[in-house]
Amino acid sequence: MDKQTILQVYETMLTIRKFEEKALHLFEENKLRGSVHLSIGQEAVAAVVGAYLRDKDYITSTHRGHGHAIAKGARPDKAMAELMGRETGYCGGRGGSMHIADVEKGNLGANAIVGGGIPHANGAALSAQLRGTDQVAVSFFGDGAANEGIFHETLNIASIWKLPVIFICENNQYGMTTAVDSVTSVKDIAVRAAGYDMPGEVVDGNDVFAMEKAVKKAIKRAQDGEGPTLIEAKTYRWKGHWTGDPEVYRTRDEVEEWKTKCPIKRLEKHMQDKKILSLEQIEATHTKIDKLIDEAEEFALSSPDPDPATVLDNVYYEGDK
Amino acid sequence: MSRKKYSVAIRDVIAEEMRSDPSVFVMGEDIGALGGVFGCTRDLQKEFGKNRVRDTPIAEAGYVGTGIGAALTGMRPILDFMYLDFVYVAMDQLLNQAAKLRYMYGGRATLPLVVRGQQGIGRGNAGTHSQSVEAFFTHIPGFKVAMPSTASDAAGLLRTAIRDNNPVMFIEHKALYASSEEVPDDPNFAIPFGKAAVRRQGKDVTIIATSLMVGRALEAAEALSKEGIEAEVIDPRTLLPLDLDTMLKSIEKTGRAVVVHEAHKNNGVGAEIASQIMEAGFKFLDAPVVRLGAKACTLPFSLVLENAVVPGVDDIHEAAKQVCYK
Ligand SMILES: Cc1ncc(C[n+]2csc(CCOP(=O)(O)OP(=O)(O)O)c2C)c(N)n1
Ligand SMILES: [Mg+2]
Repeated sequence: MDKQTILQVYETMLTIRKFEEKALHLFEENKLRGSVHLSIGQEAVAAVVGAYLRDKDYITSTHRGHGHAIAKGARPDKAMAELMGRETGYCGGRGGSMHIADVEKGNLGANAIVGGGIPHANGAALSAQLRGTDQVAVSFFGDGAANEGIFHETLNIASIWKLPVIFICENNQYGMTTAVDSVTSVKDIAVRAAGYDMPGEVVDGNDVFAMEKAVKKAIKRAQDGEGPTLIEAKTYRWKGHWTGDPEVYRTRDEVEEWKTKCPIKRLEKHMQDKKILSLEQIEATHTKIDKLIDEAEEFALSSPDPDPATVLDNVYYEGDK
Repeated sequence: MSRKKYSVAIRDVIAEEMRSDPSVFVMGEDIGALGGVFGCTRDLQKEFGKNRVRDTPIAEAGYVGTGIGAALTGMRPILDFMYLDFVYVAMDQLLNQAAKLRYMYGGRATLPLVVRGQQGIGRGNAGTHSQSVEAFFTHIPGFKVAMPSTASDAAGLLRTAIRDNNPVMFIEHKALYASSEEVPDDPNFAIPFGKAAVRRQGKDVTIIATSLMVGRALEAAEALSKEGIEAEVIDPRTLLPLDLDTMLKSIEKTGRAVVVHEAHKNNGVGAEIASQIMEAGFKFLDAPVVRLGAKACTLPFSLVLENAVVPGVDDIHEAAKQVCYK
């Protein structure tokens, strides 16, 4: 990873972390409502993928999708406004945290149905293939989603049509309160790739350089017309599944153990060791992102609610094609 | 004009739209070499190749979801269902995804998507291959729903569906595929959505019928005429949008209405149509609106039983007389 990309990945991870810490804080202050699923601890996966995709490439995301959106170029202010259901949010307050999309920027959307967005990445990849472009599509989904039928249907279709798509399973060890090994037939979800005749790779999802290697390889394969790849990024969510999760299904020790593998701390250490950023520069970056997130909060809080008179807008596309 | 079967009219429109718009393509099961179980994609793969006439695995949710992604990114897929009964296997992709994404994304996504296939009785296919699915798609906002009852309407409505920028559920009927009539040759012949067809003029009672029931309503109307009752028969053609105006105009004249569909009467589209008529046209009505639809049981295999479940010509005839107090 070149220095510029390292810095980009670092800033993206930090933006995701601070965005979500702010969202949690606002939730606890009753300033936003609904479901807010945090990806704190998992930032490296989204950030690295985002760094290697171009604007014209596509992603599909999940209920735990703030990181994916930010990594694909979403602005924290418009994303925060969406979390608050404001008119200025990405979906004008119609979608909320679980449906942030920016189709023009290639984010085909977060999806609150587990597994629901996986085939949409297939479709974007098919579209690229039919239009003869070199675009690729990435689908993010969880370990829980890998047990949905749609995951299997989608991988089979991607394989037979050699679609330029990359399936990225963020195995954060749990689907809600259920441990992955108690409901999954295989230890590594990546081995399921073999059933669909595509490469499957287990990656340390908290290591940006391990992610880099796997993602670059998968993008090249997709662009060379060789078809899809399944990457399983082993990672961990530090926070509860939802805000207020009593977390009866895991021990504090387990959480603390994973916190020692913090992807951001790891990269900060690497950057200091390699003299990419000094401690002062790291602190300055924190200050810069803190400011960005504070501005996002202000933007969201000062944005208007949607006008109820517009509630029926956009059920349908109006007018001719 | 050319005389065409309903199935051929559909096939020809798909071909014409694929010729004029490279973003249109078809996906579905057994549509390539076979040309579909009912011939609606016959020879298309020969002309357009395997990329644009794509045989899919038997994975309805998978190919609907793939179609959604393609539609979001500049393509105009037509998703072929061998039997519309199989939509239930893909319901999440259809009703949670296709129907909702544009709205949930604040209008910043467009899904030009046609889901088409056939439904209904007529081939002794029993409960999982004979049902009518339209009510599911009229209940959840986001789809438009078309139900052509003639070859020419199938052509004109399908062209509108393919050119529409919304998800469209295009509901054909297996028992109508062999019916034929003159179909305009104009490659831009299109019938706008939300415009009902008055199939027969009459002053005494309005019969609103969909799909296969249109023919039965017309037969009943002939019998009624011999008894001095002139029925007006209206085919809404699209259920969403619904042309209430044409129905109200008729009921203003007749004061009476029967709504008939092949789908289950209970919670069917007929209930919605009857309610809308009463909400907007109560002052015109001289009798309560009567609904006819399939009885509340699974469609049985036996032809005798099937006929006992789905409204027949006699049932429509009786209902029309009932609202005329005859
Ligand atoms: C089809 C469906 N089933 C169940 C749920 C409820 N639910 C929301 S998130 C979730 C867990 C998903 O686990 P995973 O795929 O591992 O993603 P993670 O939350 O760990 O990121 C469940 C069960 C849902 N939203 N959709
Ligand atoms: Mg999980």
